[in-house]
Amino acid sequence: MASLFPRRLLGRRNRATQTERVRERKHEGFLRYANFRWAKISGGLCLLVITSYALIDVTPRPNGGSWYGYTLGTIGALLILWLTALGYRKRKMTRDAWSLKAWTSAHVYLGLSLIVIGTWHTGFQLGWNVHTLAWALMMLVILSGLYGVIVYATLPAALSNNRDEMTQMQMLEAIRAFDRQLHAAAQPLSPEDTAPVLASLDEDPFAGGIRARLSGRYPKDATAAALRALSLSHGGNADARQKVIGLLSQKEAALARLRAHLRIRAMLEIWLYVHVPLTFALIAALSAHIISVFFYW
Amino acid sequence: MSDAVKVAIIGSGPAGLSAAARAAQLGLAHVLLEKTDHLSDTIFKYQKGKRVLATPERLDLRSDCRFAEGARETILGNWDQDAANNGVNVAYQAEVVEVSGQKGAFSIKTAKGAVIAAENIVLAIGTQGNPNRLRCDGYDLPHIIYQVDDPEDFKNQHITVVGSGDAGIENALGVAEEALENTVTILNRSKDFARAKAKNVSDMMEAGENGFLSIRTETQPKLVEPGWLTLETPNGDERIECDVIVARLGSVAPRGFVESMGIEFTGPDREAFPKLSPTFESTVPGIFVIGALAGYPLIKHCMNQGYDVVEFINGNSALTPADEKDLAAIFADLPQKKSVSEWLDYLRTRVRIFADVSPLQMREFMLDSKVAFYRRGEVVFEKGEPGSSLFAIADGHAEVEVAPGVTVPIEQGSIFGEVGLISGRKRGATIRAGEDSIFVEVSRTAALKLMAAVPGAKRVINRISLERQLLQIFKGGLTVDDLQEVVDQAEVVRVPAGKVVVTEGEQGDDVYVIRSGSMVVEKDIGGKPIFLRYLPAGSYFGEMGVLSGEPRNATVKAAVGSEVIKLTGESFRKMLAARPQVRAATEAAVAERAAMNAFIESRKASYSSAVDLYSDTASFIMKEGLGEATDALLIDENLCVGCDNCEKACADSHEGLSRLDREAGKTFAHLHVPTSCRHCEHPHCMADCPPNVIHRGPDGEVFMEPGCIGCGNCMRNCPYGVIRMEAAPPPKPGLLSWLLFGKGPGPGEPSPKWTKKKLGDEKPKKIAVKCDMCKGIAGGPACVRACPTGAAIRVSPEEFLSIARLEEDAG
Ligand SMILES: Cc1cc2nc3c(=O)[nH]c(=O)nc-3n(C[C@H](O)[C@H](O)[C@H](O)COP(=O)(O)OP(=O)(O)OC[C@H]3O[C@@H](n4cnc5c(N)ncnc54)[C@H](O)[C@@H]3O)c2cc1C
Ligand code: HEM
Ligand code: SF4
Ligand code: SF4
Ligand code: SF4
Repeated sequence: MASLFPRRLLGRRNRATQTERVRERKHEGFLRYANFRWAKISGGLCLLVITSYALIDVTPRPNGGSWYGYTLGTIGALLILWLTALGYRKRKMTRDAWSLKAWTSAHVYLGLSLIVIGTWHTGFQLGWNVHTLAWALMMLVILSGLYGVIVYATLPAALSNNRDEMTQMQMLEAIRAFDRQLHAAAQPLSPEDTAPVLASLDEDPFAGGIRARLSGRYPKDATAAALRALSLSHGGNADARQKVIGLLSQKEAALARLRAHLRIRAMLEIWLYVHVPLTFALIAALSAHIISVFFYW
Repeated sequence: MSDAVKVAIIGSGPAGLSAAARAAQLGLAHVLLEKTDHLSDTIFKYQKGKRVLATPERLDLRSDCRFAEGARETILGNWDQDAANNGVNVAYQAEVVEVSGQKGAFSIKTAKGAVIAAENIVLAIGTQGNPNRLRCDGYDLPHIIYQVDDPEDFKNQHITVVGSGDAGIENALGVAEEALENTVTILNRSKDFARAKAKNVSDMMEAGENGFLSIRTETQPKLVEPGWLTLETPNGDERIECDVIVARLGSVAPRGFVESMGIEFTGPDREAFPKLSPTFESTVPGIFVIGALAGYPLIKHCMNQGYDVVEFINGNSALTPADEKDLAAIFADLPQKKSVSEWLDYLRTRVRIFADVSPLQMREFMLDSKVAFYRRGEVVFEKGEPGSSLFAIADGHAEVEVAPGVTVPIEQGSIFGEVGLISGRKRGATIRAGEDSIFVEVSRTAALKLMAAVPGAKRVINRISLERQLLQIFKGGLTVDDLQEVVDQAEVVRVPAGKVVVTEGEQGDDVYVIRSGSMVVEKDIGGKPIFLRYLPAGSYFGEMGVLSGEPRNATVKAAVGSEVIKLTGESFRKMLAARPQVRAATEAAVAERAAMNAFIESRKASYSSAVDLYSDTASFIMKEGLGEATDALLIDENLCVGCDNCEKACADSHEGLSRLDREAGKTFAHLHVPTSCRHCEHPHCMADCPPNVIHRGPDGEVFMEPGCIGCGNCMRNCPYGVIRMEAAPPPKPGLLSWLLFGKGPGPGEPSPKWTKKKLGDEKPKKIAVKCDMCKGIAGGPACVRACPTGAAIRVSPEEFLSIARLEEDAG
């Protein structure tokens, strides 16, 4: 059961609401969209390219400069431009009927077909030049896209489980609430005990940089340090300290939830920071490739 | 016995006082008899400092006494002066206990034994006589009081006010005064505050918002115990601390006393009023009834009537009531020419819902209504049009188009449009005039008031809508006549959420039709209640019992606070016997349901976990209020990547404000119900919108048309917290300038910071914003279209919980 919703409920939609409007009736993820329509189309396209490559005898030898190579190259270049247009479609809220899910589905599968289209376009002639640079960038974009699809497919459930109906704001608010209680509870503590608690209060829950964000490890975490320090401490007001320790461990748990949340979100987003800039690099390289091709031939 | 006075006025409220002042001005021999030792006891008993309102504003005051909006003390002070200045002859401590004799020679006896002779009597004793009592166990306990003389008497107590008419609201606000430190709760049996003045309602809402009192709608007392009160709420019973109960459940005319004089009432109901002529004369010649007792509770009306009635008694037949000109305008465009009172009589005799309405009430309702002449074939409204007003046929008849080319007539005297009134849904069929006709259109607010104030009208409306509902449900050539007995014995039952209506295994043959709300059907399988089906408003259940005579085979309980119509098994059986086709059709429906139940049971044996998941998901969905939804946004958290593109899409297609909060809301088995409008079957938000701008559109969407005044009532009334009060941000630069040059805040709702910077000191007005289901956007809901992964879907509960879902899950 890939998703909770059956595809069958859709047929009933119309009758029940008596609406003529176009609606998203099917409930299926972008990968399964329309019963894998774009996977099939893209697979067919790849098959066509591979078999025709084998069958057609291009002289003197297959490469980008042959009529066959031009055809594949044109298709590939147009495809790349169209794939890039997803970024625009995603944000342009026009009022007509379109589905970003359908777009994403086509994007993913047609994007993958570029592995075949692009590579076969080269006629397997790779070297250290601007042409191969374009190909390599394309492969990198595709690879990063592949990573994206994998995290899109696997992480959402984890994100949902971790947040447990809390919103990010509420997680932050929970931490602030513990901070307020800690502030009051720490009053009776000795100065040595107070210092680590104050450090925990001063800590910015978002601090730690991208590495900590992605790994979920925060070695310099002041709350954990305060917990360690207070559990080792003796003397002073033991009751008050116990109370503070209790609060610190609650805060630690709340921090852990927030950090897990931020980590999963970062993993769901970070690849786009590779995918999109590389796309622009690709388009630049592609332009250079096309211009140089027209200069030399 | 002294000489007879020309007129004896009983009761010195605004009505009686104004009558006495007119009599004094006219130099008539008169006496004003008052039970207490001061004038106008009802207003005297108002809370100290109460601001008395002078509604309706459009009505001119016609009296020898002064009256304008002001503090209780000012008004009473003025009246004492006015009574003295006009030379009114008042007898205090003169409670009238008996009236005998006839016109010209009445004999009036007071409690103290005095006897007064009078030619005419004006009865203006108001309705305070006997307050309605609670109707639950413990109703006679001494800590239940019927009025609050002085809120200061209550300090630091738990106080529950029952009833949310004006009196209840004002008492609650009085004792909820912050300095008194009381914990105040006000209960309202229904959702609407249709009986109360808009200003009181908004004051109360504001106090509720500020935490001074808690407002509980659809809640009523169930058991009174010293110190405690058990409430029946839409979510089940609840016991709260309660030291004092203030019962403000309205009052009935001191009817026994009035009837003992021989005066007839409009109907048998507790809330009926005396039958009156247009000159306020009762069925006993010489006895005139005015004011609240006549069905006219507003002070201004009372005072005008006091003036008018004495003029009438004095032989002034040319006098027209103060609202005459407004009413005349309403009838002006009709082809026939009649006087206002002839028109009113015409409507009352020809339209069933107006039959029990007194001429005076009729005037009031007409002021909120329209009367129009329709040529034969002219369309009154089209199918699918939004609209919640009620139409009555005064002349001619209407044709309902039940299918293209097929019409059914609605006869003169009947009504149409009641579905819109009751459910707020779009018009279900096109209606045309069947011949040249006159239809009365009563606004939703006036119609609700009519139903609240005139039980007879309420009965007729309920009956007609039940008949029509049954005709729709039970196919097979059924006619209204076949339904007579079924409908006669039908009873409307309110069911709070979670309450069981039919219990599996029990014997019973009553059939139920869901009038509002929704039900879930469950069956005990392997010791666990398994969800079988969701029944939306308009469906029926319990019919298996009547057909087979076997015990109930499933449990049916309310998903949300609901109303069901209970039809007795006996009458239902007779109806089926008379109409074999109906029986056959019903049996076919039963067979289909039975097959579905059997299917789920069989699945439970082989795919237990799938059935359990289906069942638990159903319970979750119901708990989230989707039982009353018609279309709700759900998010499959197996797919949602948290990009918030749904919110951005919503904002960018709606004045820059998102109408959904994706992250907030409850989740079960990765199924998330975000904070977003459910487009409720009976929208709570519509209950109290002063400019009446919340409507239901053709696709079932609940939306606000322009004109919101920003009062926030809808926001407070929506139980799902989906309405927010927000000002539209200024327009942003286009998408390309953002993509290419980084201009503007980018897609989605701009940050408050950006908006503030852009606006400077300008403070735009905040109005209510909520999801309108992307009404008018050709592509449909933007949130769903813009979700890259397909996580966001919009569904109605019946589709979502359809059996197909289980089939799919179980494979
Ligand atoms: C809490 C509350 C707030 C309200 N606020 C407003 C408002 O803001 N604006 C508004 O327009 N209306 C308001 N009303 C309604 C309005 O006060 C009454 O409808 C109006 O007072 C009715 O006037 P009346 O003259 O018909 O009768 P009443 O004012 O009730 O007067 C009847 C009088 O008759 C006397 N009486 C009764 N029986 C006998 C008897 N057998 N013999 C002799 N005397 C008798 C009574 O003692 C009393 O003085 C409010 C009502 C209540 C309860
Ligand atoms: C050369 C080929 C490709 C190009 C030029 C390209 C370009 C882009 C661009 C411009 C975006 C928009 C990002 C944004 O605005 O947020 C995008 C998104 C995306 N791409 Fe690609 N892409 C390519 C191939 C692929 C492949 C092969 C895959 C998957 C295997 C893929 C998966 C995705 C996904 C999942 C998204 C995110 C969709 C969303 O969240 O809205 N891409 N891509
Ligand atoms: S658009 Fe879809 S994936 Fe993005 S946050 Fe909304 S529901 Fe989740
Ligand atoms: S705003 Fe609230 S009450 Fe109104 S229809 Fe939507 S969910 Fe229901
Ligand atoms: S249906 Fe339209 S208005 Fe409603 S939440 Fe979705 S985008 Fe917003």
